[in-house]
This record gives sequence, C-alpha cells and structure tokens, in this order.
Amino acid sequence: MDYLPNILFAIALVLGIGFFAKNVRKLIRNIKLGQDVDVSDNKSQRWKNMAMIALGQSKMVKRPIAGILHIVVYIGFVIINIEVLEIIIDGLFGTHRIGLSILPQSVYGFLIGSFEILAVGVLISVILFWIRRNVIKLKRFLSNEMTGWPKNDGNIILYFEVVLMCLFLVMNATDTSFQELNSGNVISQYIAPLFNGLSEGSLHLIERGAWWLHIVGILIFLNYLYYSKHLHILLAFPNTYYGSLKPKGEFNNLDAVTNEVKLMMDPNADPFAAPAEGAEEEVPAKFGASDVQDLNWVQLLNAYTCTECGRCTSSCPANLTGKKLSPRKIMMDTRDRLEEVGKNIDANNGTFVDDGKQLLGDYITNEELWACTTCNACVEECPVSINPLSIILDMRRYLVMEQSAAPTELNNMMTNIENNGAPWPYNQMDRLNWKDE
Amino acid sequence: MSEQLKVPTMAECMAEGKQPEVLFWVGSAGSYDDRAKKITKAFVRILNKANVDFAVLGSEESCTGDVAKRAGNEFLFQMQAMMNIEVLNAYEIKNIVTCDPHSFNCIKNEYPSLGGNYNVKHHTQFIKELIDSGKLKVQQHTYKGKRITFHDPCYLGRANNEYDAPRVVLSTLDANLTEMKRHRATALCCGAGGAQMFKEPEKGDKDINVLRTEDALETNPDIIATGCPYCNTMMTDGVKAKEKEDSITVLDVAELIANS
Ligand code: SF4
Ligand code: SF4
Repeated sequence: MDYLPNILFAIALVLGIGFFAKNVRKLIRNIKLGQDVDVSDNKSQRWKNMAMIALGQSKMVKRPIAGILHIVVYIGFVIINIEVLEIIIDGLFGTHRIGLSILPQSVYGFLIGSFEILAVGVLISVILFWIRRNVIKLKRFLSNEMTGWPKNDGNIILYFEVVLMCLFLVMNATDTSFQELNSGNVISQYIAPLFNGLSEGSLHLIERGAWWLHIVGILIFLNYLYYSKHLHILLAFPNTYYGSLKPKGEFNNLDAVTNEVKLMMDPNADPFAAPAEGAEEEVPAKFGASDVQDLNWVQLLNAYTCTECGRCTSSCPANLTGKKLSPRKIMMDTRDRLEEVGKNIDANNGTFVDDGKQLLGDYITNEELWACTTCNACVEECPVSINPLSIILDMRRYLVMEQSAAPTELNNMMTNIENNGAPWPYNQMDRLNWKDE
Repeated sequence: MSEQLKVPTMAECMAEGKQPEVLFWVGSAGSYDDRAKKITKAFVRILNKANVDFAVLGSEESCTGDVAKRAGNEFLFQMQAMMNIEVLNAYEIKNIVTCDPHSFNCIKNEYPSLGGNYNVKHHTQFIKELIDSGKLKVQQHTYKGKRITFHDPCYLGRANNEYDAPRVVLSTLDANLTEMKRHRATALCCGAGGAQMFKEPEKGDKDINVLRTEDALETNPDIIATGCPYCNTMMTDGVKAKEKEDSITVLDVAELIANS
C-alpha cells in the first residue's frame, strides 16, 4: 500500500486548518481591543434574530434579485460542503467515496445529485453576480471606496467559487465507477462525454487532479476569508446575535457623563472633594472615539463582518446627494485601521506602539462625520445588522466633547440651548407666547 | 384668532389641585418656529375639540437635548434631560404627547435610564386613539379626493417602527393617499436630522430636501403630509426650490385633521 497520498493529505489538512485557527485567534484578539459592552440580555430574542437574519437571510430578500441569487449561492455553498466531509474521510483513510459504502446507493445518489444541481445553481448565480459587478456596473459597486483591493476581492471570491464548482463537477464526470452507477450524476453525465476517448488512466488522473484541487482550493479559500469581505459567511452569525435590540432611534447614554452631570447638578457635591476611600472613580480616558480601541467590541465585530455590499451607502441621504459620507466606507475604514493596529501589535511583541495615526482624520474625516443626518437608513438596510451610525456618533462625541471641534453653527446652537433652553436665541419665558399670537 | 385656544399650564393645574391626564410637550420648534407654531395650535384645536384633559409646561419646558446629543454633545444632552426630568417628575407626569418625533424618541427611549419614565406618544398615535375611541369625529369634505402623500419622519418610522398611525389618521380624510417610491422603512430623510437643521450642508451636488421633494413630486400630490416640524420646514423649502408652492402645500397631519 502506498500511504504517500494519505500523508500528504493529512499535512495539507493540518496546515490549512492550522493557519485558519491562527487567523481566528488574531481576529478574536483584535475584536477584543474594543471597549466592553453588555450584550448579555435577552438571549432568546438574540437567537431568534440570528436564525432569521443570518440563517434565514430575511434582510437579503429586501432587494429581490441580489437576495435570491445570494440565497442560491449560500444554500449551495453550505450543502455542497457536506461533500467535503466525504473528501476528508477518503483523503485520510485512502477510501474512495466512503459514502457509497455507508449509505444505500439511492440515498447517496440523491445527495450527490442534489449537490450537482446546486453546483450549477451556484455557477449561474455567481456568473450573474459577476455581470452585475463588472458589466452592468451597479452604482453601489463603483464608489470611491470600491477601487483597488475591495474591487478585486469581490471578483476573486466569484472566481474561486466558479473554479470550485467546476472542479466538483469535473471530478464527478471523470469518475468512471461513479458514472457507471448512473445514480446521482444528473449533471455530470452531460459533462462526461467531453472526456470521451481519453484512456482509463488519463481519466483517473483528471479525476484525482480535480479531487485534490477541490480540497486544496477549499483550504485556501478558508484562509482567504480573514483578508476578505467574505469573512461575513462566518461572522454574520455572531454579528446578528449581538446586534442591537433597542429601537433604532435610541442612542446610548454615556454612563461616565451621567456621573459627572449628576455631580454638577447636585448642590451638595463638593467638586474638590477627594473621592471616597475605596470608591475608585474610574474616569474614562476620553469621551467618544478617535481610534478603534475607543469603540466597543461589537462595533469592531461589525467592521469585520461588513460584506461591502453597499446597501447602506445606496440608501444614505448624504451619499445620495453627493456628500463624502458613505456608511460602507466608515465600516471599511474601521476594519482597515483595526488591521493596522493588529499588525502593529504583532510587530511589537504584543503591545501597541503609537504610530501617530488614528481612525479619525487619517481614515475618516470630520467632513464625512458632520454630513450624517442620523436617519438610520444605513442601519435599516444592512443585511447583517451592522450599525455604522453608532460609530459616526461616537466620533462626533469625541470631536465635540474632547476637541470642541463642532462646526460654528452647531456651537452657536449648543450655546443657545445652554443659555435659553432652546436651539434658537429666544427667551425661555416666551415659550408659551404662541398661545395668544 | 377667531376661536380661543384653551392651553392650561401645569403650574395652573397644580394651583387648582388638578392632575391633567396628559402633558403636551410642545418642543422648541413648536414653541418658537413660526411655521411649527401653526402645527402646535392645530394640535391644540384637536385636543380642545376632543375635550382632552391636558396641560403644557410653558416656560418650565426646556429643550429635550436631543439635538445636542445627536451633534455629539452628551454633556449638554444629559444636563437638559435631567433638568426636564426633575420638572416632569415633580409634576408626577405619566403621559406625554408631542408633535415632534425627535422629542418623542428622546423622551421615550433616552430619558428612562436617566430616571424619566413616561408613556410617550407621537401626536399621530394620539390622534389615532382619539378617532378610534370616538372622541374625535373627522369631517370628510375638506380634503375629499385630494392627492396626499405622507413623508415618514425618520424618528417616528425607522427609529421607532411607527408607520401606520399617521396613515390610519390620514385615511379618515377620504382623500386619495399615494405613496412615494421610498416610503415606510425605506423612506428618505428630509435632511434635517442629526443637527443638520442648524448648519449648512457639507459640499455635495444636491440638497437632501430637494431630493426628497422630488420623490414626493413623482406622486403628483396636492398635499405633502408631514409629522414633524423639521420635515415640514425641509419639505416646504424643497417645494419652493422646485417652484411648486402654488400647486402643492405642505401640511402636518394635525393641521389636516384640525382643518377638516
Ligand atoms: S444615519 Fe447617517 S450614515 Fe446612515 S444613512 Fe443616515 S445619513 Fe447616512
Ligand atoms: S454595513 Fe452592512 S449594508 Fe453597509 S456595506 Fe457593510 S454589510 Fe453592506
């Protein structure tokens, strides 16, 4: 017996999964750079959201064409991956189509037959996706932030899927014993004639080649995820679970501010009093966010989950009227900066060394932040429960509370509120004048 | 004004030992802005007509702080919130109604964790209840057959999932209600939210209110109905920018009901 293929297979598997595990650890570490936030409430509703939005793709179908194509690819991808289980067992133990010796032939045939049909469905959908991106040139795939890597990334994923699906079908078509069974080869029987006239030996070679490329391709794809928007196939699940359950209009009240305001409003409080013994007043480093570490970890998870689909941006009133703001870019910038911080930590033995950069200014400009109307359209649209608005708000908070860098008109407005209890310079005593006008 | 509006204040009620059923939170725009004041008065006419036992805070009301919060000034917001909560709690307020979705959202969602727990309604929800319970009868002749399109305020719709109340109220007018392409959850913002009302827009190729007005114009309306004083201003300006002010009026749901 020649064990070389089994050993090679085991090595490939260990390498592929090992690298993936390493990336996952890095991912978790980076997400944990964010501030703590309590999301332990309402577990049943959270599971329900995950089941509906991630598993059930409920938000995807709001845009029917993309939604249905996406569901085909999604179901195809998940189900065809059952086949990977067989491939792994065959690879490790040197068996061939172990499924056939476990399952009745008709069941096996039914399974593989469905995989083949799904594979064709995926192929067609992926080709249509490619056309949408590259031929029809949908506006939301052409924005400024969608040049360079994000654009290539989108296409690379599609090519990957085409290749994997073709390999799967070729593998079945050139498997002579499988074709002879004539059960489950619903699609591959029409591909098999293409290889007519080839010797038994070359057919076997092609079959083995396709088999190997298929599994190696999957392992490469697994490791590609970390660098790609395709990470959403994993993170959509935790992200929809941790998504906000509150009404969209409710913005969080900063506890640190509450403490200070209470102190200010309490006539008995002595501002110079030393904090009571043992009661360690934890004054936060700063109000609002200027860099990724100031955001909470759910916001960072959001950034890694973003699929760059642009549904948010295509419904953003600021973006639709030519302003620089794009909620998708907010998410992509956050992820890019977080990656940069992560690499910095890797390069400096586990600690972050100030690199003179931050999310605010170097990635996201004040102009973008001030263009937001807080309308929640982006939050509503996002198919995976991302909240770009919460990041915008936290960065505005930093601008206003730490830097007093609001636009002049807004400063005037806020001064009016302080002095008159209204955003305009009217006397509070005149509040009821309308009654008699 | 031909008819005298009855607008008791909380202080007056207190002096008479009365506790009104509901507080009408007028809001800053509703108190000072010339256009919004008309909406305020229209709503009071409805309250008077339906004999609602209500009061206002008058000069004891102050800005909710909503706009400061959305501009990023959490300090100012919480100061305003706590001041208002002190007043509201001192009067033992249980129910609040307001014509401003921003105040509605802010008091309903953001005051509770600061100690202010009230049952807050938007005026379209309140009017719907008055109609449902038979306290308010709507005459159908004024707007019969008119084409009306409703612009969803972000802070009523997406922010708080209330899309039906204003539509149900409008449906009592026997008018011809039409929907814009973007409506309910996909409605486009009028451009005023997030403190934009108080500043010049960033550089772009169009103003948001003009884009939204174009959405409305596609439905060929006689009336654009709003449920927010800021939306009203934005849409009114948009209609002017499109030079359609002679054929299209922008009216709040409260005005439409009060006029009929
Ligand atoms: S909330 Fe801000 S970023 Fe999101 S769609 Fe509205 S304007 Fe755009
Ligand atoms: S934030 Fe959501 S809607 Fe926007 S691009 Fe990312 S995944 Fe798409």
